[in-house]
Amino acid sequence: MIEAKQIAVTFNAGTPMETPAMRGIDLLIPEGDFVTVIGSNGAGKSTFLNALAGELRPDSGSILIDNQDVTAWPTAKRAGLVARVFQDPLGGSCANLTIEENMALANARGKRRGFGASVGSTLRKEFRERISRLNLGLENRLGDRMELLSGGQRQAVSLLMASMQPMKILLLDEHTAALDPKTAAQVLELTRELVGERGLTTMMVTHSMRQALDIGNRTVMLHEGRVVLDVAGDERKGLKVEDLLHMFEKVRGEEIDDDALLLG
Amino acid sequence: MSQIAFLGAIEVGLLFALVALGVYLSFRILQFPDLTVDGSFPLGAAVCASMIVTGSDPYIASIAAALAGACAGIVTAWLNVRLKILHLLASILTMIALYSINLRIMGRPNVALLGETTVFSPLENFGTPTYIVLPIALAVLVFVLKLALDWFLNSEIGLAMRATGVNPRMARAQGINTNRYIIGGMALSNALVALAGALFAQSQGAADVTLGVGVIVVGLAAVIGGEAIMNTAAVWRATFACIIGSIVYRLAVAGALNADMLGLKAQDLNLITAVLVTLAMVLPGVRMPFRKKGRGQ
Repeated sequence: MIEAKQIAVTFNAGTPMETPAMRGIDLLIPEGDFVTVIGSNGAGKSTFLNALAGELRPDSGSILIDNQDVTAWPTAKRAGLVARVFQDPLGGSCANLTIEENMALANARGKRRGFGASVGSTLRKEFRERISRLNLGLENRLGDRMELLSGGQRQAVSLLMASMQPMKILLLDEHTAALDPKTAAQVLELTRELVGERGLTTMMVTHSMRQALDIGNRTVMLHEGRVVLDVAGDERKGLKVEDLLHMFEKVRGEEIDDDALLLG
Repeated sequence: MSQIAFLGAIEVGLLFALVALGVYLSFRILQFPDLTVDGSFPLGAAVCASMIVTGSDPYIASIAAALAGACAGIVTAWLNVRLKILHLLASILTMIALYSINLRIMGRPNVALLGETTVFSPLENFGTPTYIVLPIALAVLVFVLKLALDWFLNSEIGLAMRATGVNPRMARAQGINTNRYIIGGMALSNALVALAGALFAQSQGAADVTLGVGVIVVGLAAVIGGEAIMNTAAVWRATFACIIGSIVYRLAVAGALNADMLGLKAQDLNLITAVLVTLAMVLPGVRMPFRKKGRGQ
């Protein structure tokens, strides 16, 4: 269970550039929930995700994972509890390391690293088996550098890497945004499979309202650093993208002119 | 080039191969441009020579030199990761500080080791001239250290160190404390460089506070030169390229200095080095991570 309590972050506080990115976000994510998060640019989606991951320490508020306060834990310490897939396909892996070396890095997430070989024959066999399930023909390319893969292949491998070790929450940061529509759909399908099969607690940030409603069991909308909408269950099932837009306008009392929310 | 000059170039090339391995660790693995080397090389020489003249065992003195180098690396890394000083500047600060420290350690600008027992002394009893035995002994040592480094970089900890250099954000997300790995890597890098300094002082018969001038460029010349002539995709190839690069560089310098028609003298060494490094970096088809556009573009 993930609990965010009154999280606030202000960038460049005390300067003319002062930007409040989060103004007190409260969110409770019970185990097994798959939450999709939407919001326009600057709504605080990425900041919230970074705060959960540990890359950014909130000015105030606290983050609890299974009732343990992790607010002060840096990313590396939190890695045993949090797995993450980045938006940039280059961001989630090491381009000039091989696929199997990248998988070995992820396989040691949250564990103590030693002086033993990073990729032994047992591990290589396990990696081959895991990667063959992606049906991308990568099982015979474990020794290839990551940079030789396409963006979609990299995101698929990144997802696989994120799911290799147990976690309390999986953070997906617009992980299909940089892909073409067809590849994005494939990666999304893979996300659905992996999350469903393992019952992972997941938070997915997306730019697309359709995606936000199609996947997961709960949708949260952020606006100007606050939660303005939180729908789940039957209320969410009947929702269409248009309804979401109307609700958004109602809550905010203003017109939306951000195309990015309508498209995709 | 005479046989002695040739073997002399090989010998110095092998000694500086240790510097090249250290520079490879900082520049390539950690992507940390580290000029500490110009200070940690004479630091190793100073510590080792001072200990030997006061009666210490030369092996212990050499190990102490490596440890002193590790401390220098830790200082630079600490300035960078804890005090957030730009890596290049942090390393220059340590380098400058080490100049004074090296003078303090030796108590004077240089320490002669003539007549002292060094790690190379046992080689004199072989019957074969030392200018032949010494390069062979050094080659064995350098290859043992190269294999140890290969093993380390392919271990879980070594892989984490490589990830720290390539993609620190991803590394942190995998639970890698990148600051700790930068400190450890810089310690290892400068330990290798200081060990090279210690061995250099012992083979040349003296430690001098000015030994360090341009060591970083020589190390870079070896790393970049090695990459220019060899495929460095795998770690064991890259470390091998460092050694070959260092030897080729020394042979090229010896060749240039020996070619009478060029009219070059020993004082032109640093100029030749700068020209060679520049050539290696602009040669087409070479990986050029130090040029403005960045790696492989």
